[in-house]
Amino acid sequence: MTPLARTAPVPAATDPAVLRNFSIIAHIDHGKSTLADRMLQLTGVVEDRTMRAQYLDRMDLERERGITIKSQAVRMPWEADGTSYALNMIDTPGHVDFTYEVSRSLAAGEGAVLLVDAAQGIEAQTLANLYLAMENDLAIIPVLNKIDLPAAQPDKYAEELAHLIGGDPDDVLRVSGKTGAGVDKLLDRIVAEIPAPVGDPVAAARAMIFDSVYDTYRGVVTYVRVVDGKLHPRERIQMMSTKASHELLEIGVSSPEPAPTDGLGVGEVGYLITGVKDVRQSKVGDTVTNLAKPAEHQLSGYQEPKPMVFSGLYPLDGADYPVLRDALDKLKLNDAALVYEPETSVALGFGFRVGFLGLLHLEIIRERLERESNISLIATAPNVVYEVTMEDNEQFEVTNPSEFPAGKILEVREPMVSATVLAPNEFVGAIMELCQSRRGTMHGMDYLSEERVELNYRMPLAEIVFDFFDQLKSKTRGYASLEWKADGDQAADLVKVDILLQGDQVDAFSAITHRDKAYSYGTLMTSKLRELIPRQQYEVPIQAAIGSRIIARENIRAIRKDVLAKCYGGDISRKRKLLEKQKEGKKRMKMVGRVEVPQEAFIAALSSESSKDKTKK
Amino acid sequence: MPSTLPEGDPAPDDGMLPAQVRQGAAGRNFGLYIHIPFCAVRCGYCDFNTYTATELGPGASQDEYAATAMAELDLAAGVLTGSGLPQRQLKTVFFGGGTPTLLPADDLAALLRHAATLWPLAADAEITTEANPDSVTPASLQQLADAGFTRVSFGMQSAVPHVLQVLDRTHAPERVPQAVRWARDAGLAVSIDLIYGTPGESINDWEESLSAALSYGPDHVSAYSLIIEDGTKLAARMRRGEVPPIDDDDHADKYLAAERLMEAHGMHWYEVSNWSRTPQQACQHNLAYWRGDDWWGIGPGAHSHVGGVRWWNTKHPVPYANRLKSGRSPAAGRETLDATATHMEHVMLRTRLREGLAIEALGGAGRSQIAPLIAEGLIEPSAAFGGTVVLTLRGRLLADGVVRRLLPG
Repeated sequence: MTPLARTAPVPAATDPAVLRNFSIIAHIDHGKSTLADRMLQLTGVVEDRTMRAQYLDRMDLERERGITIKSQAVRMPWEADGTSYALNMIDTPGHVDFTYEVSRSLAAGEGAVLLVDAAQGIEAQTLANLYLAMENDLAIIPVLNKIDLPAAQPDKYAEELAHLIGGDPDDVLRVSGKTGAGVDKLLDRIVAEIPAPVGDPVAAARAMIFDSVYDTYRGVVTYVRVVDGKLHPRERIQMMSTKASHELLEIGVSSPEPAPTDGLGVGEVGYLITGVKDVRQSKVGDTVTNLAKPAEHQLSGYQEPKPMVFSGLYPLDGADYPVLRDALDKLKLNDAALVYEPETSVALGFGFRVGFLGLLHLEIIRERLERESNISLIATAPNVVYEVTMEDNEQFEVTNPSEFPAGKILEVREPMVSATVLAPNEFVGAIMELCQSRRGTMHGMDYLSEERVELNYRMPLAEIVFDFFDQLKSKTRGYASLEWKADGDQAADLVKVDILLQGDQVDAFSAITHRDKAYSYGTLMTSKLRELIPRQQYEVPIQAAIGSRIIARENIRAIRKDVLAKCYGGDISRKRKLLEKQKEGKKRMKMVGRVEVPQEAFIAALSSESSKDKTKK
Repeated sequence: MPSTLPEGDPAPDDGMLPAQVRQGAAGRNFGLYIHIPFCAVRCGYCDFNTYTATELGPGASQDEYAATAMAELDLAAGVLTGSGLPQRQLKTVFFGGGTPTLLPADDLAALLRHAATLWPLAADAEITTEANPDSVTPASLQQLADAGFTRVSFGMQSAVPHVLQVLDRTHAPERVPQAVRWARDAGLAVSIDLIYGTPGESINDWEESLSAALSYGPDHVSAYSLIIEDGTKLAARMRRGEVPPIDDDDHADKYLAAERLMEAHGMHWYEVSNWSRTPQQACQHNLAYWRGDDWWGIGPGAHSHVGGVRWWNTKHPVPYANRLKSGRSPAAGRETLDATATHMEHVMLRTRLREGLAIEALGGAGRSQIAPLIAEGLIEPSAAFGGTVVLTLRGRLLADGVVRRLLPG
């Protein structure tokens, strides 16, 4: 233990005046975790020899992708001007899909460290989170990281940050998470500039849940920030939105391993364990109170998680369906935003329609399912949720395009987002063209510096889930960054395009598109399938249709030759093995009507639009 | 034979065969395939196991080859007898390559003579050698005929110079009718091998080659579509875009042209890629492959089949020769067919023949396909009603698909 740790304020008996609660706002690869590691070392909560790189990112997946999915809070002692302080670093999820979780993490503190790579400048998503922090009136400490890099341009980006938050470029701190340079000054600035939490210590207890994690051994671990009153071990607590009550089996702080305490008082950040097994019983944003002496009003800002993007997930091998179901059931315990229900596809067999917060969420869930259960999955093209009103006023919520209702439709509404794109100004034209072609409406444009522009658009979410980010990256040579958040809905002229193989609809390829784009979708899919489906004994027409109207058509010509000419001087074994392979291949064929379609064709047709890069926003 | 050997079980050093090969052996014909692994030049499309004279060092040279092959003939006789098989007549001998006629006719004659000392030649034995039109003379052909050869198969491939050039064939087209005449004069039956679908070959080029070949009056013609094998020069050229890719529709058109012109010249199909003037002139050795008869393949990389056991020799001539010198079998691997594989091969091989596949040999799933196959015009209705699967012209082009359907799922 270091001297600093010995004088550390004791949890549950800490004067709020010596508490400092803060988050770090940063883009995924701007070095947040490395900086956090340095803080853990410098404050002595993690000894050097136990230091793992990126200590706070627990899951392998997070570590591999270098991103933080689930947040945590760590309590660190720090001495300034002879006083011992307790700093609570609240780690925030690093991606656009988790905006709501980010907002709760930010709301758990009074300040934020705005961490920007000194070689790259601010990215759209960081900007969005910065605005979120500013809306919450948080104290912002601007910091440039990686100043040790040869490519660092600290002066340039200090100006940019100063322009954004309104201040002097000289106030922008310069650190290196890698070497540790400037990290002690940052800790001092946190103490000096971030206000101490304020609350009523004698009021009924109110604590905000900002994260909730399932642990195999302990059940759900809930991370809270106490606003008023105090929570004690063994008392009964209540979740104010669900009214569910639980016994508080354990309460404590992370430093960073969990350490039980006698409770948590005003302004303190820590964890609760009640023995519940499902994170849905401990929802982010909810208020925890004392069952015997409950608070009258819950804290503001609570929202139910709402899936925005849906995709069908199917096991490649139909026999793996029960494995997929069990894997989803397990994952659900740790992911309050994950929703799913069984569905059946003619083309893909038995699977699930799964709702996600966004594309990264989809990609992460899919990868975790495949990795943790050792199964291969096919994911259908992601789609958004449509509200369909029929002329007889009947309403449908459509999460699967193949279930789009037939008949007289009065109105279709689609979810909208407000999107922010940051890019060097030379690409403004290309970005505007792209956004406009995706039915976007420009809502503003701001020069962050002479070279960098922020563009704001309102656009349909459906346009973003369909290869928008790939297009944006390719049109800006990878320089643009994108952020979006939900922004209501709009009525639009949307139609369902079906793909038919020899007259039979292939459900996995149905899509809902704007009428103006139906033709290009139809042409794209029919020509793609023509390439992917092997020739059959008969000519196979591939059609795209809106209702009964054919909008695109391709033909797979009948196969004319399917015979090996010779048998190679008696090498019958080789020919038989080839035949065995063909027979195996035939087993993997799915029949659509009487057309044999290799499963690979479905996968290729479905996956070509979704690139893994999309998730690296 | 192709450059890569199949995967199988190890073969024993003494080459001895399991007891099962004895079953029904008396009812199966026995033949020899003798591989001559030498060519004057290596053709760009060829992935057969063959070498130019300069490629092989001591121990496996052209001069020593006949002696080495004779050692395998001795081993073969010993293994067959030692494995309890009855003494059978030699029904067919086929010298293939490579270019067998690169060996002196003396060597080929000596090999045949040696074989005949080990197995009595059947009275109607068919003794064939493949030949490059370049590597024969009236004298060499006469010598072969005198030694007992009955048949010569010329690798003509095409009559069109630009096609021959893509194939790296060195002979002048006018050399072929000359060689055919010499063979005829020597009293040998004549077969001609053609290749269609070479990059750059038009349908007219192909018809020209067919007409030329048929005008020489052969007894038998084999027409194979060009297959681009991995590892060949032609495959590399295709990958680099120097020659256009293979087009299956073009192959289908050319097959149909072949059938039309062959019939017009009185040649009838007896196997998907083979036509003969009369059933008697069909290549008996070739038929033995499709009928599941027994044959021993002599030479590096050669394949053999005896009573449901298939094996293949080590590929390279040097270790091949060394193994024989030390008294060991040159077999590199073998497989013993189980009931499923036997059935699969039977259906796969028989379906390719004009004489067809007995429907009674099929399982339930296969039989249930007979009616749809007739309806789709893939098999002959009259033959099917008589209990045999015989491909129609359309069915021949789609034979592999028909076979897949006749086999159990």
